[in-house]
Amino acid sequence: MSKSERPNQLFRNLNAKVASIPMVLTALVIFVGGSAWTVLYSFTNSKLLPRLNFVGLDQYYRLWSTPRWLVSIENLLVYGVLSLVFSLVIGFILAALLDQKIRFEDTFRTIFLYPFALSFIVTGLVWQWLLNPEFGIQGVVRGLGWESFSFDPLYNSEIVIYGILIAALWQGTGLIMCLMLAGLRGIDEDIWKAARVDGIPTLKTYLFIIIPMMRPVFITALVIIAAGIVKVYDLVVAQTSGGPGIASEVPAKYVYDYMFFAQNLGQGFAASTMMLLSVVVVIVPWAYLEFGGKKHV
Amino acid sequence: MRYQFMTAALAVTTALSFAGPAAATDLEVTHWWTSGGEAAAVAEFAKAFDATGNHWVDGAIAGSGGTARPIMISRITGGDPMGATQFNHGRQAEELVQAGLMRDLTDLATRDRWAEIVQPKSLLDGCTLDGKIYCVPVNIHSWQWLWLSNAAFEKAGVPVPKNWNEYVAAAPALEKAGIIPLALGGQPWQSSGAFDVLLTAVGGTDAFLKVYRDKDADFAAGPEVAKVFKAADDARKMAKNTNVQDWNQATNLVISGNAGGQIMGDWAQGEFQVAGQTAGKDYTCLPGLGLNEVIATGGDAFYFPLLQDAEKSKAQEALAETLLDPNTQVAFNLKKGSLPVRGDIDLKAANDCMKKGLDILAKGSVMPWTDQLLSQDTQKQKEDLFSEFFAKPDMTVEEAQKRFADIVASAD
Repeated sequence: MSKSERPNQLFRNLNAKVASIPMVLTALVIFVGGSAWTVLYSFTNSKLLPRLNFVGLDQYYRLWSTPRWLVSIENLLVYGVLSLVFSLVIGFILAALLDQKIRFEDTFRTIFLYPFALSFIVTGLVWQWLLNPEFGIQGVVRGLGWESFSFDPLYNSEIVIYGILIAALWQGTGLIMCLMLAGLRGIDEDIWKAARVDGIPTLKTYLFIIIPMMRPVFITALVIIAAGIVKVYDLVVAQTSGGPGIASEVPAKYVYDYMFFAQNLGQGFAASTMMLLSVVVVIVPWAYLEFGGKKHV
Repeated sequence: MRYQFMTAALAVTTALSFAGPAAATDLEVTHWWTSGGEAAAVAEFAKAFDATGNHWVDGAIAGSGGTARPIMISRITGGDPMGATQFNHGRQAEELVQAGLMRDLTDLATRDRWAEIVQPKSLLDGCTLDGKIYCVPVNIHSWQWLWLSNAAFEKAGVPVPKNWNEYVAAAPALEKAGIIPLALGGQPWQSSGAFDVLLTAVGGTDAFLKVYRDKDADFAAGPEVAKVFKAADDARKMAKNTNVQDWNQATNLVISGNAGGQIMGDWAQGEFQVAGQTAGKDYTCLPGLGLNEVIATGGDAFYFPLLQDAEKSKAQEALAETLLDPNTQVAFNLKKGSLPVRGDIDLKAANDCMKKGLDILAKGSVMPWTDQLLSQDTQKQKEDLFSEFFAKPDMTVEEAQKRFADIVASAD
């Protein structure tokens, strides 16, 4: 290939570019356009129908002085941090255990991955029953003789968010485990041999050699988990509908309730803009580091 | 059951369309009447409407008004309107009407003289915006009722209370007998509604109007409303062991005698009826909690989205007429446990509780309810506050009242 005759960049791979036009348009019009529209209307006092009647930051002031929104944010933080940590840790440990050339690996893998085939609604209902004090785990243990045994997270405002976390982990860790397993399988056998020759203990090999090598897998898992965290809604609706009281409310539910139930679009848009902002704050620096840096290498 | 009913309805329509030249027009009607008593009542409407040669396509949306209304509104604003839809008359559909999405029924109303037949007058006011009528009220539902299980009080060895104060006094005895004193479902609208009832009963009608109609925030923060919050605190303690969500599950606790009573609108009566219980013998009802006997003229109404299709528009008129027809009104309201919107019909079959309601109505002790006075936005904030208050034993009465006054101050 001679450099002087380099073809016009615009027309290289023309077929591929034409083929991607629909997706580009979707992304621009629906995602970017829709987001911009939402942000714009969050500065209005739109009620049931969108109206361009600007009220400045009023919706945001109201949002941040609403106890229910603050509870939602707190819940999202607790749920987010814990589900991120536990998904990654449990997913990795399960994958590492499965990677020990055990018997019936396929069976275990299927069992662990199965919950992921269920929707959050079904997961929520199943765990609502399991955690029901009269019929669920508490009822069974009491039936076995431990009369004072108490385990009813869904009816206790203080710990209800952990009840939801349990259901989310049960549903989601299987997928993370599979991703991790694929990552572990991608590690060259020679690395393990080399580590063994150097006399490095297995645990240390995992922590200091394997995990750093699996960075791309961890990033993928991180993005998948994080996206799931911000949009968590159906699980809460199915399990507790935000209760008891407002103890397990989450931001996405606030957005829905205020947009449709309270017929206050402005307030709902303000809340969804805050959600978008929180995602942007996390994603942009990461994307910059991940993709921006590579060009210089 | 529903399939059987649908098949039957279909058979009737087919028969009719063969009989007459007028072709049956399908009209989809959305509503949130899905509990046992409610479904039986709405079947009466469907039967009557099918008899006019049209066809009622049932669009029941499960999960109470809170779930159903967003779906209905999205369909209307999204350009896929149904033939007719239930709302609580008042301000729920206000903006849809303002945006011109709802059909103006004034001509029909003048022709059929609704202004004369609909009693009390305030019902039609709830349907009127700028002098035009946009909905057909079908029943009067009042929130201010206390339903008591006679069996539960017998088991606890105390007489069935005659008002709220006696009820609160009887609570310890109930609790001792292993009975939940007050059943209160976990859905937010239930706690918010229970508070409004306490406000009317303990505070009085004037207090209710001062807070919700005049939006007097100073009054809402004052000593008279503090008394109401004290009563709400009692209710919170009495209800702390209810672990159910839906209102009819809570009513069921009362029916089965596992709970002493429930503050719930008169729609609960349909459940007692379905369970085969008799008013006065198996259960007792106290309008206005036995303290302030008034009836709020809230209720259900049907709105008709503006349609292009001439056939369907004609069917809409037929439905509007059917809904107000004296026979339909009797059949529907007896099943639903609500009061009819016409003063000129005979409700001989009404039971004890309905008769109490009719008496109060005849005396003219009526008042508007929150659906007419407050926007959905304010109602939602109220619901958030009271669902938190009733679920959180450590939330102080003072804090709740302060937040309540803030909501009243910003109410619209």
